[in-house]
Amino acid sequence: MVLATALPTEVIKIATDPTTEPFWQAAKERRLVAPRCGSCGHFRLPPTAYCPECQSGEVEWVDLSGRAQVYSFAVVHGFPGLPDITLVPAVVDLPDAPGARLVSNVIGVEPGTVEIGMELEVDFHPISDGWLLPVFRPVGAEQKESAS
Amino acid sequence: MTNGLRDVAIVGIGATDYYKRGESWPRTTTEMACEAILNACADAGLSVKDIDGFAYYSGAGAGYGEKMDTADFMEILGIDEVTFTASLTSGGGGSAGSIGLARAAIVAGDATVVVTVMALQQAKQRLGSVFAAAPATPTNSFLQPSGLSGPGHLMSVLARRHMHLYGTTRDAFCEIALTERENAQTRPKARFRGTPLTRGDYFAARMIAEPLCLYDFCQETDGAVAVITTGIDRARDLKQKPVPVVATAHGGRREWGRAFGWMGMPDEYFASAGNKPIAERLYKQAGLEPTDIDVALLYDHFSPMVLMQLEDYGFCERGQGNDFVLGGNIRYSARPRAGQIPVNTHGGQLSEAYIIGMTHLLEGVEQMRGTAINQVEGAEHALVTGGPASLPVSGLILGKDA
Ligand SMILES: [Zn+2]
Repeated sequence: MVLATALPTEVIKIATDPTTEPFWQAAKERRLVAPRCGSCGHFRLPPTAYCPECQSGEVEWVDLSGRAQVYSFAVVHGFPGLPDITLVPAVVDLPDAPGARLVSNVIGVEPGTVEIGMELEVDFHPISDGWLLPVFRPVGAEQKESAS
Repeated sequence: MTNGLRDVAIVGIGATDYYKRGESWPRTTTEMACEAILNACADAGLSVKDIDGFAYYSGAGAGYGEKMDTADFMEILGIDEVTFTASLTSGGGGSAGSIGLARAAIVAGDATVVVTVMALQQAKQRLGSVFAAAPATPTNSFLQPSGLSGPGHLMSVLARRHMHLYGTTRDAFCEIALTERENAQTRPKARFRGTPLTRGDYFAARMIAEPLCLYDFCQETDGAVAVITTGIDRARDLKQKPVPVVATAHGGRREWGRAFGWMGMPDEYFASAGNKPIAERLYKQAGLEPTDIDVALLYDHFSPMVLMQLEDYGFCERGQGNDFVLGGNIRYSARPRAGQIPVNTHGGQLSEAYIIGMTHLLEGVEQMRGTAINQVEGAEHALVTGGPASLPVSGLILGKDA
């Protein structure tokens, strides 16, 4: 049985700027956060400088429960330099950040069992330069495989 | 017909040979673009020195690794003076809309003979894994780590949602691939001429990004295509029958926006090709309805996006693309029955060549001239689309001169 993984640590590099860095700093502390407009309360991801609903630049970084739901997904076979890898990239809804979605991975799961609506919980996967990447596992799934 | 804009016309088309990715080397992007421009001038009966405008799309990028530059073309080809040089932003979504940019220059009086060109040479970086190869940025760091390494991988996620919402099946994607492959069999330059595709081949193919397999992905091609647009009066004095621009639009709505670079679209946009606002503008400009379109050249980087464009452009209702396609309605016929719409009669990017939307323009022009290899008899209006990709997406309706 092939289990979906995340890309290997050394393959994933991120860049940050002042608008996005709080997301990544929180992830480094194993916290999933999302920016909420300080004026109208609208959530947005990826983090952007202004609220698209009210154009306010005020942001509150809200700690989320880490729960998510599969909105859609792919089962990807191979990546440049890694022909045998199996990935389940997923677009996930975040129930406690309504309107915001993350593009992430479902890991530690047999790809054939993933479906739209599947309940997930966050985990954190080490990537380059000491950062951690939020990824997701099915709720209640045994850790069939370490995120590292 | 006298409907629509009809103030400018496409008067010349030109292309190089088409090559499998990387195989055009030692030809260069610039040299291939120049050949396409010269061929388009010859087709129009114009001297290259008549060109005074350039209207690009994709930020004048040649694929994603290289750039085209007007000054290079002027120096190499001996074009004396340009009075307009501009590009639509973003990527392949602007291919059809670049003719609208040419029209804007001509109608404003800024230029008289405007060329649109795209060239592609993938010896160094293939488009299929362009996202994986891109350096990390603060924005793509919310996408790239997932392993969605190319545009088709991203659109597989849109396709999955469409299947979930409407019961769309891989059989429909297969029918699109088979239709285009069959259309390519009569095309001398088609890269898949002589390589028919069967349903068995399709379902046995390698899955790249489920639900999409190898045959849902377009080719990676090297080559160049150029199109020349001029004012309708001048067009009537040239070598070819003018092909008037009946309607042209580019843009799109925020709900589509960065589209699959963002994935925040509400359902009605997520499971779509983002072209509905373009369709509405085109039909309004042209005074036409979907049933007035005789041949549809739909941007086909990935088969599900053809299905979703059939819905966006109103050839069937939202969610009915599966049944519409499987009903045999997009197959080529010289005399289609009511309700049928021949799609990508040139074989498209899936089976002829992928020059980021430009081959659809060529086919639209040939259909309106009446010289297409898979001619739809008596066709009066051809729809050409760009994208679906990050905004702008675009579309164009071509017609016949009165
Ligand atoms: Zn706000």
